[in-house]
Amino acid sequence: MFDNLSQRLQATLKRLRGEGRLTEENTREALREVRMALLEADVALPVVKDFIEHVRAKAAGQDVLASLTPGQALVKVVNDELVALMGAANERLNLAVRPPAVILVAGLQGSGKTTTVAKLARFLQEREKKSVMVASADVYRPAAIDQLQKLAATIGAEFFPSRTDQQPENIARHAVDEARKRVMDVLILDTAGRLHVDEAMMREIRAVHAAIEPVETLFVVDSMTGQDAVNTAKAFDAALPLTGVILTKTDGDARGGAALSIRQVTGKPIKFLGVGEKTSALEAFHPERVAARILGMGDVLGLVEEAARAADKEKAQEFARKLAKGKGFDLEDFRDQMAQMEKMGGVANLMGKLPGMGEAPDAAKAQLGDRQVKQLVAIINSMTPQERRFPDTIRGSRKRRIAAGSGTQVQDVNRLLKQFDQMQKMMKRMGKGGLQKLLRDVKGRLPGLPG
Amino acid sequence: MTQSHPPQQTEKRPAGLFGRLREKLAATQRSFTRGLSDLLLGGRALDDSLFEELETLLLSADVGVETTQYLLKGITEQVSRKQLRDARAVYQALRQSILSIVAPCSRRLEIAAARPFVIMVVGVNGVGKTTTIAKLARRLKNDGHAVMVGAADTFRAAAIEQLKTWAGRLDIPVIAQHTGADAAAVVHDALNAAKARASDILIVDTAGRQHTQAGLMDELKKIRRVIAKADPAAPHEVLLVLDAGTGQNALSQLAHFGEAVGVTGLALTKLDGTAKGGILIALARKTGLPIRYIGVGEGMDDLREFIAEEYVDALLPAP
Ligand SMILES: Nc1nc2c(ncn2[C@@H]2O[C@H](COP(=O)(O)OP(=O)(O)O)[C@@H](O)[C@H]2O)c(=O)[nH]1
Ligand SMILES: Nc1nc2c(ncn2[C@@H]2O[C@H](COP(=O)(O)OP(=O)(O)O)[C@@H](O)[C@H]2O)c(=O)[nH]1
Ligand SMILES: [Mg+2]
Ligand SMILES: [Mg+2]
Repeated sequence: MFDNLSQRLQATLKRLRGEGRLTEENTREALREVRMALLEADVALPVVKDFIEHVRAKAAGQDVLASLTPGQALVKVVNDELVALMGAANERLNLAVRPPAVILVAGLQGSGKTTTVAKLARFLQEREKKSVMVASADVYRPAAIDQLQKLAATIGAEFFPSRTDQQPENIARHAVDEARKRVMDVLILDTAGRLHVDEAMMREIRAVHAAIEPVETLFVVDSMTGQDAVNTAKAFDAALPLTGVILTKTDGDARGGAALSIRQVTGKPIKFLGVGEKTSALEAFHPERVAARILGMGDVLGLVEEAARAADKEKAQEFARKLAKGKGFDLEDFRDQMAQMEKMGGVANLMGKLPGMGEAPDAAKAQLGDRQVKQLVAIINSMTPQERRFPDTIRGSRKRRIAAGSGTQVQDVNRLLKQFDQMQKMMKRMGKGGLQKLLRDVKGRLPGLPG
Repeated sequence: MTQSHPPQQTEKRPAGLFGRLREKLAATQRSFTRGLSDLLLGGRALDDSLFEELETLLLSADVGVETTQYLLKGITEQVSRKQLRDARAVYQALRQSILSIVAPCSRRLEIAAARPFVIMVVGVNGVGKTTTIAKLARRLKNDGHAVMVGAADTFRAAAIEQLKTWAGRLDIPVIAQHTGADAAAVVHDALNAAKARASDILIVDTAGRQHTQAGLMDELKKIRRVIAKADPAAPHEVLLVLDAGTGQNALSQLAHFGEAVGVTGLALTKLDGTAKGGILIALARKTGLPIRYIGVGEGMDDLREFIAEEYVDALLPAP
């Protein structure tokens, strides 16, 4: 079975090589694979359908970056769109109200509400220096109030006691009164788990909400949730004015497609991720991480990167061919070379590893520091193609124009030309086949680069 | 401590053996079958759109891509052999092939006279282990067994109190230490107590844990070893509790728990919502493990034995 999108796409991608533009035709099959991958990640079917249409529209007619194959370009569109749809990173809780700021949590049974209440309390106490009170309106689950009380004690939060013979709405009201009296900054109210189809229980939580008018109403949902996520999210969102979502149990291996389903159905921001059972296990939401996980990535981005690297390798080979043919090493090659070195871990890092570079004059080495590379590239970019090919033609007025165009000084241009001259000499020394060997050697010394 | 119950539990139940299950599964049926009756209206042609709708129904029930493709492939083959001539026949064939996958899994838990017969209950966080234990204990007690429970979730705050509350309501003994205690030591105590009191059945509650956490899975293995030391035939049942709301991750859960402690049976909780638990079909097809029980509510009576025909009827009602 396919594990992730990149594996799924391998075969399809191969067939797409060498096309310059994404079309309905060349993306159809790949999009089918994307659909499967999303379904396997538990993204709800209607959401998958919308998403695929969205990507299809976005991708159609798009030019494929020179460094990517069409299939990889498509993966990039898929990833970018997914990240965009997941919403902003690091959304904060809104506490800008007259204290106490009331936070209500709601969700299905066992989703992690009580634990999350404790995590939020701890987070607000430690990071935002707020005084926090917690209260439980779960009068159903055995020992639910006890559970919150114990958690409150471990994190040093105020606990508002309640009993199972009380009405949840009354507990909520009294807790707010008490928090106000005690001048707490924040009150977090825990509620019983409930099914969205349980009308009595949904009525109950609406009444609780109406009684305390929370500034944040958070939907706590298990990241292992499957297709039903759309139904529950829709119902909770309709019943309550949700202000955000917290995705729990992301420390397991669930792909977490429910995150996209819920996000699409409610449009509400995902504010935090639960990453463990401890009260400290709460993290800010980062869309690209969750997107990568849904797509089964790391790998997919890796694939795109690999493609980019492969493209660079082609360039390097072409360049080697140029050298072998005895054609000159020009400034364009020099620029590409610099850019590639930067990608391969930085020029400074590479200097010591480059065979041949040991022989380079110290002055040249010093001048090839990482900071200089951007400047070099900018200078070369300001030259005409003709100038890049024949650097000898660059004299006085041209130097001034290039310096002005790249935001540098004439002496910077001079320095570049001198460095280039040295480089060219070195290249000549290495001669035929030397560069490919050089690249191989460098790769062999760098961990993580494909050979 | 007095406990009130969720409102839906206090209402009177419809009579009949499966009335309550039907009622609980009604929500499940509603959305699922609305699509189906549309699907089967009139003499629909056997075209792509019919199969697409069937695919939609299966995928939306968490059956999963692979199993859905497998089921539909079987149907299309029958169609191309001209064995199925209309939409209704296609539907029946689909029901039949799902039934043939899950039917071998409806094998009830037989309680051998082991003194004690040990049931170890495992699963990820929040799926309903403790509640299922309470329901199961009640069921077994009503069948005339002397049941005891062991509170080996020593991690989650008030997990012990939760089990104790249930045990109090059911009037059965519970063996517990304190939060933070060594879970294996609690199990050891519980085994001794069950022997001393000649209990028929000991049900061991364990802490929820993500199956990917090696350290916590090792703890579970240790509990299993402690049980096996007392009786090499024990645990007689390792029940993996799954949440019907869970999607494809259930496959990974079963794989990991199975490898660590040798799961021998499944229970699927929270089927009273709109989640369809279609992952059961994928699990049944992959492992053939017995599906012992389904949970249809939070009350202590809300546990049913899994009956394949009933499950298929609830998912795809007979036309
Ligand atoms: N692994 C993990 N477990 C969690 C997380 N959040 C909650 N839990 C566990 O999930 C189970 C149910 O949590 P609880 O807070 O009682 O859920 P509630 O019924 O919604 O209040 C408990 O075992 C918690 O320890 C999380 O982010 N990661
Ligand atoms: N609706 C519904 N809720 C259930 C069912 N089984 C358990 N629950 C609820 O799920 C939550 C977690 O149950 P619990 O037994 O504490 O889970 P554990 O962490 O696995 O032991 C509690 O609120 C239970 O009342 C079920 O079949 N239906
Ligand atoms: Mg709770
Ligand atoms: Mg439990």
